[in-house]
Amino acid sequence: MSTATAPEPTYTSATHYPPHPDGLITSSQDLASLGDKIGSVVLGDRPTPRAWYFWFLIGFALLNALGVSVFWLFYLGTGIWGLNHPVAWGFAIVNFVWWIGIGHAGTLISAILLLMHQKWRTSINRFAEAMTLFAVMCAGIFPLIHMGRPWLAYWLFPFPNNMAVWPQFRSPLTWDVFAVSTYLTVSVVFWYVGLIPDLAVLRDTAKNNLQRWAYGAFALGWRGSAIHWRRYEKLYLLLAGIGTPLVFSVHTVVSFDFAVAIVPLWHATIFPPFFVAGAIFSGFAMVVWLAVPLRKYYGMGDVITTHHLDLCARVMLTTCFMVNYGYFNEVWMAWYSHSLYEWDTTLQRIWYGPYWWSYWMLILTNTIIPQLYWFKKFRTNDWLVFAVAGSVHVGMWFERYVIVITLTRDQLPSSWGRYAPTEWDWMTMIGSVGLFITLFTLFVRFLPMISITEMREMLPGPQGGRDGHAVMENAK
Amino acid sequence: MSDAHHDPDAPPPVYGVMAEFDTADKLVEATRKAREAGYTRMDGYSPYPVGEVADELGFPRSEIGAIMFTGGLCGATLGFTMMSWASVVDYPLNIGGKPFWSWPMFIPISWELLVLTASLSGLFGLLSLCGLPQPYHPVFNVPQFVRATRDRFFLCIEAVDPKFDKAGTREFLTTLSPLSVEEVPE
Repeated sequence: MSTATAPEPTYTSATHYPPHPDGLITSSQDLASLGDKIGSVVLGDRPTPRAWYFWFLIGFALLNALGVSVFWLFYLGTGIWGLNHPVAWGFAIVNFVWWIGIGHAGTLISAILLLMHQKWRTSINRFAEAMTLFAVMCAGIFPLIHMGRPWLAYWLFPFPNNMAVWPQFRSPLTWDVFAVSTYLTVSVVFWYVGLIPDLAVLRDTAKNNLQRWAYGAFALGWRGSAIHWRRYEKLYLLLAGIGTPLVFSVHTVVSFDFAVAIVPLWHATIFPPFFVAGAIFSGFAMVVWLAVPLRKYYGMGDVITTHHLDLCARVMLTTCFMVNYGYFNEVWMAWYSHSLYEWDTTLQRIWYGPYWWSYWMLILTNTIIPQLYWFKKFRTNDWLVFAVAGSVHVGMWFERYVIVITLTRDQLPSSWGRYAPTEWDWMTMIGSVGLFITLFTLFVRFLPMISITEMREMLPGPQGGRDGHAVMENAK
Repeated sequence: MSDAHHDPDAPPPVYGVMAEFDTADKLVEATRKAREAGYTRMDGYSPYPVGEVADELGFPRSEIGAIMFTGGLCGATLGFTMMSWASVVDYPLNIGGKPFWSWPMFIPISWELLVLTASLSGLFGLLSLCGLPQPYHPVFNVPQFVRATRDRFFLCIEAVDPKFDKAGTREFLTTLSPLSVEEVPE
């Protein structure tokens, strides 16, 4: 074990208990010690790790880069980017889809694993949901700033106006407005509802009045009444129940942005499932990227165990194959359809087009490298899991890049063109990463990164819990 | 006790009597016994949901499902109607020769609005049914109650219960082997 860097109190229970039967908690915990362990991070009992300051400052610096590049964009217009005909989408849409894919896993992980009675969800759902919110915020920026006149963004919404026009409700781009804004709202609701009892925990263990007031205000006076719990659990279950199809619908709509257009290789029925699988794939990669530092810097390795990393890696391996079925299907359908345009575009993409290398980068990072997850060592060693997940981040980005860059080869060679991002494209993209890091570090500092309430519920009976069966069976 | 004579400085009114337990099972057991003893106005408090307590309290089913169903139905219907009206009556646009009322194309937004309104009505339904946010509640007057969000389970029999009698109820709760029994000042 290499967690020796953290000279912190151990935060375990006074009595010694056997390990969790499913291997989900490796230290000896009871109701009180679990709450102390997770709560101490935000209540200031344990010093904030130096790594937190490091990452916060990095994130904040990059966030400023985002501010500068967005300011410059608003001042001069989208001409500062590498956009032109025929590639009018460029980095903005690549990054939008990349972020929204990452953003899909949080709510999906939380909701679908809840519906499937997966207890291991409990250790990762809270920070995965936070990840969702922040990733969707990063995603939401791109279509907005990609509009030439972002101050008219409210035209996207239907409202009675003196121009007497309405949005075009048959367009997936309009669907996207509703899908993404609904997704953000519902994710906030799901996350906040889950947080309410934990905020009450923090209110009751607060070290000073400021904490008591701040957490108390957001805990809304929650007192753990049995009647309230009954309604709460029903709400939580139903939110998970409609959140799951919501995730599928939102990423389906994102894929329709492409698939409804009559562009070769975009106009494909494989796109919705292919996109949804990709979203889960990249989302779990981000969960791994967040879980490993939390284990290292906050000593959370006993509640986010190597077993959790193993399970995440297995899900990634599975979704890797779904995504790769998508890659195969694209090529197969292009050949089998006998469509000259489909097949030529495919060959341009993978062989003699100017961006052939990006396709093979995609295959390398998204198909070949994730195969390392077949080896147990790569699923259970923190930094090996981390490294392969990093490859998936690159691969999922290239997947969207390859799709968008298809636009360089039109059916009329006279309208062929090239696309090259400018430094402003890069700065905006890296700046959005800064926004994500900033928000996530603040979240870890000020809110419980793991659900205290649900972890307690998951403890075995003798340790004070209910074996984690509660939500599904008590939600009535 | 000593509050038989009502002087101007009468003792403060009492919200109820509260017993403290160290496990969820004891709380379930206590709630069942209190129900069997004829108490009807009481509530259990726990750091995590314990469904059996709500069952014993006679609250087998919450209203949230009906609220979310209704909310979602309203949102979807309103959205679908809005799109139909805008696309057929107010601003008919010929898009690739498709019919003005191309209703299948309105389904995705109707679905998103269904989820949106169902979720929001569920959230606000929960808050209004539970009376939250509620900055003050008498149960917080009991010093031990700070552990209701930690590792203790409480049963509070309320003064509004027709069978409530401060001394008698306290005595009854003491028979349930609690860690402590406290009066809850109003």
